[in-house]
Amino acid sequence: MRWLRTRRRVLAPYVLGAAVLLLIPPLLGGIPGVAPGYVLYLVSLALIYAIVAIGLGILIGHTGQISLGHAGFFAIGAYTSALLTLRLGLPFVLALVVAASLSAAIGFLLGLPALRLSGPYLAVATLGFGLAIPQLVVWQGSWTGGSSGLHGLPPASLPLGALTIVFRTDQDYYYLAAAVLILLTIFARNVVTSHTGRAFIAIRDSETAARAMGVDLVRYKTTAFALSALYAGIAGGLYAHVLHGISPEDFTVLLSVDFLTMIVLGGLGSVGGALSGALLLTFLQNALTRLPVVHDFKNLYIVVLGAILILTIAFLPRGLAGVARSVRLRWAARPRDGASRVDQIVELGEGSGV
Amino acid sequence: MPSGARPLLVVNEIEAYYGRVCALHSVSLEVAEGSVVALLGANGAGKTTTLRVISGLLRPTSGSFEFDGKRIDGWSPDRLVRAGIVQVPEGRQIFAELTVRENLLLGGYARRDLGAARQEAPRVFDYFPRLRERLQQRAGTLSGGEQQMLAIGRALMARPRLLVLDEPSLGLAPMLVKEIFRVISEIRAAGTTVLLVEQNAHMALDVADRAYVLETGRVILSDRSAALRQREEVRRAYLGH
Repeated sequence: MRWLRTRRRVLAPYVLGAAVLLLIPPLLGGIPGVAPGYVLYLVSLALIYAIVAIGLGILIGHTGQISLGHAGFFAIGAYTSALLTLRLGLPFVLALVVAASLSAAIGFLLGLPALRLSGPYLAVATLGFGLAIPQLVVWQGSWTGGSSGLHGLPPASLPLGALTIVFRTDQDYYYLAAAVLILLTIFARNVVTSHTGRAFIAIRDSETAARAMGVDLVRYKTTAFALSALYAGIAGGLYAHVLHGISPEDFTVLLSVDFLTMIVLGGLGSVGGALSGALLLTFLQNALTRLPVVHDFKNLYIVVLGAILILTIAFLPRGLAGVARSVRLRWAARPRDGASRVDQIVELGEGSGV
Repeated sequence: MPSGARPLLVVNEIEAYYGRVCALHSVSLEVAEGSVVALLGANGAGKTTTLRVISGLLRPTSGSFEFDGKRIDGWSPDRLVRAGIVQVPEGRQIFAELTVRENLLLGGYARRDLGAARQEAPRVFDYFPRLRERLQQRAGTLSGGEQQMLAIGRALMARPRLLVLDEPSLGLAPMLVKEIFRVISEIRAAGTTVLLVEQNAHMALDVADRAYVLETGRVILSDRSAALRQREEVRRAYLGH
């Protein structure tokens, strides 16, 4: 029956996004006065943050469970991957898999208190987790490098059959981050439109109704936590290798607030929103700290971050994704001959995630 | 009630506590297959607690249950839904942010198979034509009556064997209450067994084959609806005669 038709998988945005990511390096090379390597390094960081934001978006935007501690999972991924490659000489890919699995397992465990806590209580519990991780790293300084961190990570490599790709330049790492981001974006889109995704959305909207529909709350809340921790863990592993080193200062609670701001700015409940929010915020952060006017006001970014959060919630409650949606609707509803406008609005208005 | 019909749900002497407060004292009831059974009683009598136990949300401290001849003690809420006990929670718990269409889709959630859920849709639209008109509307923007229709429609999407309704008439205009109860009879006529919790004893006794009256956590009366109507204590306490 027509009314139940599930949404068509749309390929165009992925192809377009991949093409843009592929074209950035050659285009940068063509601009005089720009050091492409450094810019690509900054863009790689934005892509890595976007991975965390997409995972966090599934947890907060789709499942309705707050986390103020995702920098903790990011740190777990980064430290696990760094320690395994540096101290045990494990190959990059294997270390990344272990880092992601460990992060997901801890995410699952943090999901257990979420079964009983909600709203502000859950926020405080996850905040505590986010605060504790860097402290644990410093405390266990003998093998984690303490507050000075870990440095001189070996270059990442990727075995492809007989061929092994070794990542050396900023451009190499840029392509690595872009490829992982594209894969994880597609995966996230598939999850949120799947049976599991419908359970997440049901829990977000009404736990009572979700349970009445036969949704297993224990299973899906812990799954959402594990999944978002998996994303943060993978991103952390990439981060450590792109920077060739890490220290506890990279994982403060402020970073968790950054992640939250990214998905609120982008629009809760939208994978594309999380992605664009992360890219825009990282760009803003870099632009602000480079403005000559504000050299002596290092914390201006934090003030702007707060302002963005407040303004977005007040004026764009659905974030960038909401803006994009209303532009699409207006475009579809523009006066034209022959076509029924109402039909088109209805057509496009479908699907807030299911 | 077709007398002698097989019981679909049997609740045997359950006791349930909230902390140390005893909420149900040895409550027993039977719901025959194909019938409508009503649970009546004032606020705090234990109606909703009984439903919470039946839907697996509250563990009884003693007693047992059977559904379709199988023991279902200790089953989780989602397992009970898959077995066919589907509840419409009190207060129209719809997914306000989602469209009517998406709400209905989620109703078939426990069945996994969207194709099977699809087959239920025409039946739901027969009961509630208004839902078809409002498919793309956000559920939170529906009127109270429409939200109740959606909540019932969504539960039917799971093709329940036992549909459990918790206070379906709560806060609705009399016209809408009539419509909801008309649909309850139709649902029963189509072969679905219904367990109904109601404060509106008039309407409940009209539609039910049998009713149980609860008071402070005990079943104080149970009989066929027609017989209960004649009882002096029921007339005075619940029907206002």
